Amino acid sequence: MTAALAPAALALGDDALVLSHRLGEWAGHAPVLEEEVALANIALDLLGQARILLSLVGDEDELAYLREERAFRNLQLVEQPNGDFAQTIARQLYFSTYQGLLYGQLAAGDGELAPLAAKAVKEVAYHQDHAEHWTLRLGDGTAESHERMQRGCDTLWRFTGEMFQPVEGVDVDWQKLEAGWRESVGAVLERATLTVPEGPQSGAWSAGAGRQGLHTEPFGRMIAEMQHLHRSHPGATW
Amino acid sequence: MVTETLLEAELRRVAGSVPDPELPVLTLEELGVLRAVHVFGPGRVEVELTPTYTGCPAIEVMSTDIERALHEHGIPEVSVRTVLSPAWSTDDISAEGRRKLAEFGIAPPRPQPTDGGPVPLTLSVRCPHCGSTDTELLSRFSSTACKALRRCVSCREPFDHFKEL
Ligand SMILES: [Zn+2]
Repeated sequence: MTAALAPAALALGDDALVLSHRLGEWAGHAPVLEEEVALANIALDLLGQARILLSLVGDEDELAYLREERAFRNLQLVEQPNGDFAQTIARQLYFSTYQGLLYGQLAAGDGELAPLAAKAVKEVAYHQDHAEHWTLRLGDGTAESHERMQRGCDTLWRFTGEMFQPVEGVDVDWQKLEAGWRESVGAVLERATLTVPEGPQSGAWSAGAGRQGLHTEPFGRMIAEMQHLHRSHPGATW
Repeated sequence: MVTETLLEAELRRVAGSVPDPELPVLTLEELGVLRAVHVFGPGRVEVELTPTYTGCPAIEVMSTDIERALHEHGIPEVSVRTVLSPAWSTDDISAEGRRKLAEFGIAPPRPQPTDGGPVPLTLSVRCPHCGSTDTELLSRFSSTACKALRRCVSCREPFDHFKEL
């Protein structure tokens, strides 16, 4: 690997790792068994991506379990708490649409991340399909499910702008990515009888911050839990 | 272009006959995950293996099983290398593999559209129990990432469908 690739592999690897952990928190809490299984499967796909990406940078376990909060380069979107099921689906919709477009562009190029992107983009298509299906079902469902789905989309909207901040070493057309994302997400929300949130896509205090190692308050608790076992029992295996 | 030697072909048959740890009705050759076997010297062999899904936990068991099979075949030094490119696709499952899946009660994957992305859900999946094409999707994800859960409208039996990737 070339050293220039490290920031890119770290950013994309941390996105996958952190979202994988968040989705794993649904184990034992999902509304129905099929969703328990679906979210676990999506988490596993993401963990697979994370392992490959972080291994390009260094030792995957050290990177996942021994880094301090400020050393993580993931988007703030993926670290946001699960909330209710609708909020988790909103996060999935926003992120899987982004990841599908990003990997799609990377796969079409000839950079070092192209082989992984070509493989992952096919898996992400299923994640996106799952998120869109649920967005439609909840948005165009009961008054209660509609309201919750709208709230989930609104709550996370201000974390979406960060996705389109160029990442060092990720050779894609960011403007095209953003336009594609807005079009795709907008179409799904419209079909789901939901409103595209109108607020800013980032707060002045948070623009692009996750990629620079600044994270929101819930992230500290999340990584404390994620790293607890490894830090208490260094080198533990089973 | 290096052609496969007789010994490499023989070792490929040995490695390829190892059963898939998750779906033991299939061999690794039928699943299409065995990419190459290279002999680098007397008793020194490298095997190229590709994962079905990036997060497939079975890849480590597959590697160990291949190493064991080749050791038992008299090769002392075996290394298994994971390759990502070209990405595995369900189109890599052999015709014999598809037949065995159906026999095992799992609807085999449909051929892939050429533009990428998931196969349109309108393409029918045949019930492995009664052969009816009148089946419905229950869940996009089943016991493993590679399967979806469906139900046959004709015979009412639920079944797994090896979904297209
Ligand atoms: Zn049937």
